[in-house]
Amino acid sequence: MSERSVTAHTPPRATAARFRPSPVLARLSLLLVALLILFTLLLGDKLFNATAIRSMAFQLPELGVLSLAMMIPLLSGGLDLSIIATANLSALAAAYIFTHFGMGDGTGAVIWNILALLAAFGVAGVIGLLNGTVIAYLGVSPILATLGTMTLVKGIAVGLTHGGVISGFPSFMVFIGNGSLFHVPVVLIVFVLVAIPVGVMLARSPFGQKVAMLGSNEQAVRYSGIDTRRVLVRVYLLSALLSAVAGLLMMARFNSANAAYGESYLLITILAAVLGGVDPAGGFGKVSGLVLSLIVLQLVSTAANLLNISQFLSLALWGAVLLGVAGIGRISAWAKPMLKRR
Amino acid sequence: MPEFLKRGLHSHEGKLLFVVLALIIFLSLATPSFFTLQNLVDLLTSYAFSGMLAAGLLVVLISGGIDISFTASASVAQYVAMTVANAYHIGWLGVIGICGGVGIVCGLLNAILIGTLGLSSIIVTIATLNVFFGLLMFATHGNEIFALPDWFVNGASWIVYTDKNETPYAFNLQMLGLIGAFVLTALLLTRTNIGRQIYALGSNKDAAQRIGIKVFRLNLLVYGYMGFVAGMASLIQAQDAQSVSPNALVGRELDVLAAVVLGGASLTGGVGTVSGTILGVMLLACLENGLLLLGVPSYWSQCFTGAVILIAVSALAIERQRHRAAARRVMA
Repeated sequence: MSERSVTAHTPPRATAARFRPSPVLARLSLLLVALLILFTLLLGDKLFNATAIRSMAFQLPELGVLSLAMMIPLLSGGLDLSIIATANLSALAAAYIFTHFGMGDGTGAVIWNILALLAAFGVAGVIGLLNGTVIAYLGVSPILATLGTMTLVKGIAVGLTHGGVISGFPSFMVFIGNGSLFHVPVVLIVFVLVAIPVGVMLARSPFGQKVAMLGSNEQAVRYSGIDTRRVLVRVYLLSALLSAVAGLLMMARFNSANAAYGESYLLITILAAVLGGVDPAGGFGKVSGLVLSLIVLQLVSTAANLLNISQFLSLALWGAVLLGVAGIGRISAWAKPMLKRR
Repeated sequence: MPEFLKRGLHSHEGKLLFVVLALIIFLSLATPSFFTLQNLVDLLTSYAFSGMLAAGLLVVLISGGIDISFTASASVAQYVAMTVANAYHIGWLGVIGICGGVGIVCGLLNAILIGTLGLSSIIVTIATLNVFFGLLMFATHGNEIFALPDWFVNGASWIVYTDKNETPYAFNLQMLGLIGAFVLTALLLTRTNIGRQIYALGSNKDAAQRIGIKVFRLNLLVYGYMGFVAGMASLIQAQDAQSVSPNALVGRELDVLAAVVLGGASLTGGVGTVSGTILGVMLLACLENGLLLLGVPSYWSQCFTGAVILIAVSALAIERQRHRAAARRVMA
């Protein structure tokens, strides 16, 4: 049972108490307000004008969709290290078809463009099924299985492209990446269109319940007559399909595809999810918390950028924010009984 | 030897040894340049860094934790040490002290955060990876150090063998570090009380606590040791590369993890051996090096590595399933 999670040695009850979603949301909201006040004092109009907000709205969705792809396996008590590699290989598959067949006008091009998008999801689907099968049916721990597929999938992408870039896509991809509808960036609309159904599915659907229960106690779920293996396969399939969405978004934003885009995002997505109240041992977490944590991270990064601080300092700040939030939670948990006693 | 073979049929290390030997024999027959002293020297020198880190990570994995931040600790250690070495005459003992010291501080910080925050070690060390690396890149603006002190650039090597063509083969610092790390780790794990405690902690934390093992103190030692090894590894890496680049090492942490896990260490703790880890590193090193010598375009080497990792972890898991099924049959 413990092979599924890296954190098997923390007593589950304690972890569950610490990560009960609502205090996390409250803490994150407080943090967000505090950051907003701080940055208003420091930056004023520079942060809260249309350009800065629009740039934030353009940057957030990539990490957002990737974090969703990471969140679902985390909820189930696993992890998916292959999301970035999957995103890039799916984007490359689409890019290949776009650049070879999809240019020009007419119905032929339209069909090829649809096929290109389908190819991206097809590639991702195969990878997701591979991950899911190896994890669910062979019993490989998720971190190892996805470490293997990550290396394999990236290896295929590098091997096929020789590390090169494929660029030049039909205009609708450029529009998705850099266009706006009613002043709202299309990428943000895509993110919302992905995040809401995923959030509803995780919180309200039977599948979502099964995923969360799987993360809490896999054995209990199996003994209650649920085929945990099928659920797990779907978890990794879904994660891979979301990665494909992220890959297409990255490809649309950069107007190019490459085997190594977004690699620094991999571990950040875990940070974002955990900051958003997803229990890394599985079982607890909401999309709303994730979105809040993404906004916090994006705010820190944009403010650092506007303050002319190196982008790397915001990387350090992201790590520090997570440790700080966990620390505050710890201190308040420690202080509460002392206050009550008085 | 026959007794070893008998045991080898059952242990993970034995099977791994079989695979590695088969790979070595195949590569020796397939390319003339693989089984040469020069290639052996090259292999040992270029994989010393990963090998040392694997030895350190093995200890962490056995204790039931995981460390992702060691590449960042290593980068910080080598950058600080080389900056100081360029400014003052500190000599070898000085850089060794600084590298080890910085590494240990980073490791202790990990252990303290893991012990106090109640977050799992993977989350804490992902966060500290970003903190260490982010601060390093911020402080250095990503500038590399190309000019290193002469005594460091020259390094130290002991010529042990000269062949017919007068080509010298030297025992260098990288090999010294690699062997040192594995010997030290083996001694720690199998010849000391602390080593037994580390296995106990990884096998069953609650039981370990009840028999009186101080978990927090042991974790300080485990992560401190990982940091120390990372510091030493960064030193010999800088000596090999003849320069220090703040972003050269970060990103390799998962490769090292793959090697240790291939060597049979379990992510749930309590399981793992130095010999297995050595074989895991050897397997990945020979594979990469062999593909290169076979003339396979280097673009494809990662793909093969991934396939090997996937096959190996699957085989391990299937074997474990079979063991468990057998155990169940015995119980019934």
